[in-house]
Amino acid sequence: MAAVSSLSAELGGTAQGSAPRALRAGQRRRLNLFRYVMFTIFGLFFLLPLLAMVRFSLEGSKLGTWSLAAWKQLTSYQGPPPLLPAIEITLELAVITSVVMLVLVVPTMIWVRLRVRWFSRVLEFLCLLPLTIPAIVLVVGLAPIYNKIERVNVSALMLFWAYVVLALPYAYRALAAGLNSIDATTLSEAARSLGARWSTVMFRIIAPNMGQAILNALLLTVALVMGEFTIAYLLTYVNLQVELFSISRNTTNAGVLFSASSATLLFTFVLLMILTYIGRRLHRGRS
Amino acid sequence: MQGLSRHYGPVVALDQLDLTVQAGELVALLGPSGCGKTTTLRLLAGLEDADTGQITVGGRDITRLPASKRDMGMVFQAYSLFPHMTVLQNVAFGLRLRRVHASERNRRAREMLELVGLDTQADRYPHQISGGQQQRVALARALAIEPQVLLLDEPLSALDAKVRAQLRDQIRRIQLEVGITTLFVTHDQEEALAIADRVGVMRDGRIEQLAPPTEVYSRPATPFVAEFVGLSNRLAGTVSGGTVTVRGRDLPLVDHSTPPGPVTALVRPEAVTLASDSTGEAGPLTGTVIASTFLGATSRVTVDLGDTTILAQLSTSDATQLPAGSRVALTIRPDPVLVSASAAVSEE
Repeated sequence: MAAVSSLSAELGGTAQGSAPRALRAGQRRRLNLFRYVMFTIFGLFFLLPLLAMVRFSLEGSKLGTWSLAAWKQLTSYQGPPPLLPAIEITLELAVITSVVMLVLVVPTMIWVRLRVRWFSRVLEFLCLLPLTIPAIVLVVGLAPIYNKIERVNVSALMLFWAYVVLALPYAYRALAAGLNSIDATTLSEAARSLGARWSTVMFRIIAPNMGQAILNALLLTVALVMGEFTIAYLLTYVNLQVELFSISRNTTNAGVLFSASSATLLFTFVLLMILTYIGRRLHRGRS
Repeated sequence: MQGLSRHYGPVVALDQLDLTVQAGELVALLGPSGCGKTTTLRLLAGLEDADTGQITVGGRDITRLPASKRDMGMVFQAYSLFPHMTVLQNVAFGLRLRRVHASERNRRAREMLELVGLDTQADRYPHQISGGQQQRVALARALAIEPQVLLLDEPLSALDAKVRAQLRDQIRRIQLEVGITTLFVTHDQEEALAIADRVGVMRDGRIEQLAPPTEVYSRPATPFVAEFVGLSNRLAGTVSGGTVTVRGRDLPLVDHSTPPGPVTALVRPEAVTLASDSTGEAGPLTGTVIASTFLGATSRVTVDLGDTTILAQLSTSDATQLPAGSRVALTIRPDPVLVSASAAVSEE
């Protein structure tokens, strides 16, 4: 009898247990379907204009024909100003801006989190402030400073000062998310109780645990620098975007404008992919 | 520690605290939340500064030394292993900071991992091991630097009951094996009583009693200690001639200098025994069982005495003989009891 009741209880238990599992499987299927549908809609929303742009850049002289003329014109462009130095300067700007931003923001954020927490709201406000200032207003403010800089140095690399300010809100947000995901206070106290100085805590304990956040900040900064046009153009410096603009303006072939835009997007996309790949490799190597 | 005080704005976290821990001793600080036990530990570790007072370790004044120079090993309540380092690297971190040679560093780190029984997990990362294992690694890491004092800040509170009991015993075994002076902070009285050489019961930034666990339990120095450590029945009584009369029964006093008059006597549930009452006559020590709580080997029985209720702790086999509704006669064992001057009596 006991065996019978225990068997029926087991069967009942199985039946009861399988019902929620089936429900969960159904929910999961619906969720997956929803994900695919949304992914497709948004994918098409972003992809279709890009495909249209590429298609237009490959448009021949007659409507509906194909031609590489616009791309050839882009690659054979000799200036003025020449294309290659503009690419070089933009890449250098991306590196310098990223390094300066990380050196400036990472230690400051960790220090504020660990030592002067009351200042964190002020720091957040200061870092997010550039978001609220339109680029044109920023240029008005920066113009007198850059006028003075130009007297001693005309290199477009000087744009990194402005780009660090522009990248600050995005980098701050990415780094703050990373810092919030770890128990920085306990980790720092554990390290200090083992004999670590503040510099050791910052650079050997907290910063290595923000690897993903640092990579994200880096990607956002690079993407911003690669796509920046307004400030460089208004301050009369030549970066990649300004260069592409001048190429498209100096040609009668409208397709060049689109080949230039496609090339920029492709270039930035490939660069970000490389950075992401390197970051993931580093992360995987550790864990 | 002498005259240690710490204020957070208007809140007094520590109020002129004095505490001396002997070499090789394990002292547990026990108390409710906000009583100042963690603050004491943090001041000792140098993670916070005292407003006033002095901290001396082995005759050396360390009050103004930064945490990194205090030579204290600490295990935290929250998991505190460095996520980007392996278990071995975590344990070796303190030695690395002390510039111990790599081979010697690894040897000592492995020795510590062996001590906590985790030498097979050396190459794993913290996220690959359980919470209990993480705390054991944290203990190994704290011990690896051979600190003068080991500080344990509620290291078991995030663990489940079984792992908690196992790790508690392991901490005590290792502490005795290594012979390290240890300060253990907890709000769990069972943990404190089981592990410590002496228990310090704290309240409002002060130590109310610092004594061996048996003394804290059986001879509490203050009503607060009696009520915080273990359960107590609060029964009305009258002091006269060095004894207290509770419901017609004379009981000896812990403090013989208690002035005569009405008091509240604090009687432990295990000092109360019950027997089935077949006479049915009402009396000051007869009542009706109204509830029984199963605790494993023992059960806690609640008895209604008419004007109040009383708790008795019996073996479960005895308690099952007295179901709810049974008439029972009570006996109070003549253990020394503590009294408080409070006139209002309520049952705990």
